[in-house]
Amino acid sequence: MSIEDKLDDLEEALEEQLEENHAECKWIRANGELTLIVPREQLLAVMQVLRSHHDLGFEQCIDVCGVDYAAYGHSEWNAEDAPNTGFSRGAERETITDFQAESRFAVVYHLLSLSRNVRLRVKTFLDADYPVVDSVTGVWNGANWFEREAFDMFGILFSGHPDLRRILTDYGFIGHPFRKDFPLVGQVEMRYDEDKGRVVYEPVTIEQRTLVPRVVRHDCRYEEGRELVKEEEQADG
Amino acid sequence: MAEIRNYTLNFGPQHPAAHGVLRLVLEMDGEVIQRADPHVGLLHRGTEKLAEHKPYNHSIPYMDRLDYVSMMCNEHGYVGTIEKLLRVEVPERAQYIRVLFDEITRILNHLMWLGAHALDVGAMTVFLYAFREREDLMDCYEAVSGARLHAAYYRVGGVYRDLPEKMPCYEMSHLGSEKEMKYRNQAREGSLLDFIEDFTERFPGYVDEYETLLTDNRIWKQRLVDIGVVTPERARQLGFTGPMIRGSGIAWDLRKKQPYAAYDKVDFDIPIGSNGDSYDRYLVRIEEMRQSNRIMKQCVDWLKNNPGPVMVGDYKVAPPPREKMKDDMEALIHHFKLFSEGYSIPESEAYFAVEAPKGEFGCYIIADGANKPYRLKIRAPGFAHMAAMDEMTKGHMLADVVAVIGTMDVVFGEIDR
Repeated sequence: MSIEDKLDDLEEALEEQLEENHAECKWIRANGELTLIVPREQLLAVMQVLRSHHDLGFEQCIDVCGVDYAAYGHSEWNAEDAPNTGFSRGAERETITDFQAESRFAVVYHLLSLSRNVRLRVKTFLDADYPVVDSVTGVWNGANWFEREAFDMFGILFSGHPDLRRILTDYGFIGHPFRKDFPLVGQVEMRYDEDKGRVVYEPVTIEQRTLVPRVVRHDCRYEEGRELVKEEEQADG
Repeated sequence: MAEIRNYTLNFGPQHPAAHGVLRLVLEMDGEVIQRADPHVGLLHRGTEKLAEHKPYNHSIPYMDRLDYVSMMCNEHGYVGTIEKLLRVEVPERAQYIRVLFDEITRILNHLMWLGAHALDVGAMTVFLYAFREREDLMDCYEAVSGARLHAAYYRVGGVYRDLPEKMPCYEMSHLGSEKEMKYRNQAREGSLLDFIEDFTERFPGYVDEYETLLTDNRIWKQRLVDIGVVTPERARQLGFTGPMIRGSGIAWDLRKKQPYAAYDKVDFDIPIGSNGDSYDRYLVRIEEMRQSNRIMKQCVDWLKNNPGPVMVGDYKVAPPPREKMKDDMEALIHHFKLFSEGYSIPESEAYFAVEAPKGEFGCYIIADGANKPYRLKIRAPGFAHMAAMDEMTKGHMLADVVAVIGTMDVVFGEIDR
């Protein structure tokens, strides 16, 4: 049974189950993967169905991942009125404010069914001011740390999580480092202070440099329905 | 009577058995663990954020530094995701080279795990034995990539270069005698593949040596049997993968179930445990080394008889050959664009996972049409295993914590990322 056949079966089962449970979900199929987009309020109910129903049976939650969509599709490359000096010339970096506030954040779950040998991606969008979603730790205990990580990195809150603490950042860390408005070089640096006899935190003194600017290019070779240029032609050409 | 109260104990981060930088806060009732709270993140470097600020190709060396004892498997997970997004077909020879080096990596990792685990539990010799064989395998890494650890050998579209015709030899110095040099170089007379073939002949004997030291060793069994038992049901719930879930008796291996590269063309078996304790996981990993050896043998045979390209001919993702750049303007432009700006990936997202020695290592990339990933999420197997620390050590003695950390095969490069 090929992956495509399995996804066909999965799509069918999903359609049936979601309708039965009155869930308003959308799904996207691309790259041999199925993505289910679930509204925030219905997430927990849908997840329970996904785990427990025998036609679906996703026993494992492989990964939980936070995403910040604030800078999606932005290009930094400005060759026209850029200065011709400086290290990161041509690269513009400004704070982005024109993002869609109601779907700034997303939580992406990767589920795996061992019995059916199929994967499913579940995505739910959260708004910028109040990014909170139900925790799935009750459905899959393994999601505990993954949700803590998403909280730490993006500030996404998981209601019903038994122990929502920071996990990867330093004790007493301020901010959520993977948000797009958090600079790559960070906010503070630390050093040992001889006089005070302890480690002190100070604002960063280094400046962020762009080695290669971010450029968005539209490659017509990957347009919908277009076959890729064959390897041999490329090699000769 | 004196008041009895629980005692909080800090285990690590500077404890030799903490495998790096684990700070474990243990709540003890006498010598029995009531609660274990691992504090991770002391090695957090923000790999995912760094990757968002670099063209796709620049992040391959970061992957080596995640799980720094199974380097090439991490690279495989990363380049595999990009290949999936770009729909690049990797040449068959490169697929076999990847399988060969994935298995070399698996043995490297398991040897490191075996040595460190045995050392933690009190057996010194195994560590020395394991490092003897690691030396040979790291020489293979060096022969193909020039680096013994952080290889950056897998590239999008194939591998960096074909296997070398000549295995590097030891050179004479004032320290050794000529006779000794000849002895040390005897397996290195031919090509790299000859060297690996010779290794696969020798290796099963070495595994027997480890087993004589450990498998029926009374002390080893006392320390591992019935320690850190995980039932199949709990293993699924906790998101276990790799030898951890196989030790609990679930025959789940991505190399078999969702084959990638050339794994569907090689023959091997999946070992599983029956009790889900540390001893079973030990047996599973020992058998995995033997199976890896078997796969390596098949790859060597295939690679010896099937020459061919090891990189795609698409110059948008792979550099053109040096000679071509001398008289072909287009090749020169391709080269310049590839190394300055890199390639852009159209708006899409993909998740691709490989069976790394520790479990499922996956990369999830969201591309927004730029030359850098919009979001890269690395799914490290050790992270899910570490999260089960509390459950696996509860009710055990303090000394068993060391055995449980050992059996989980944790490396903080990948947990903290």
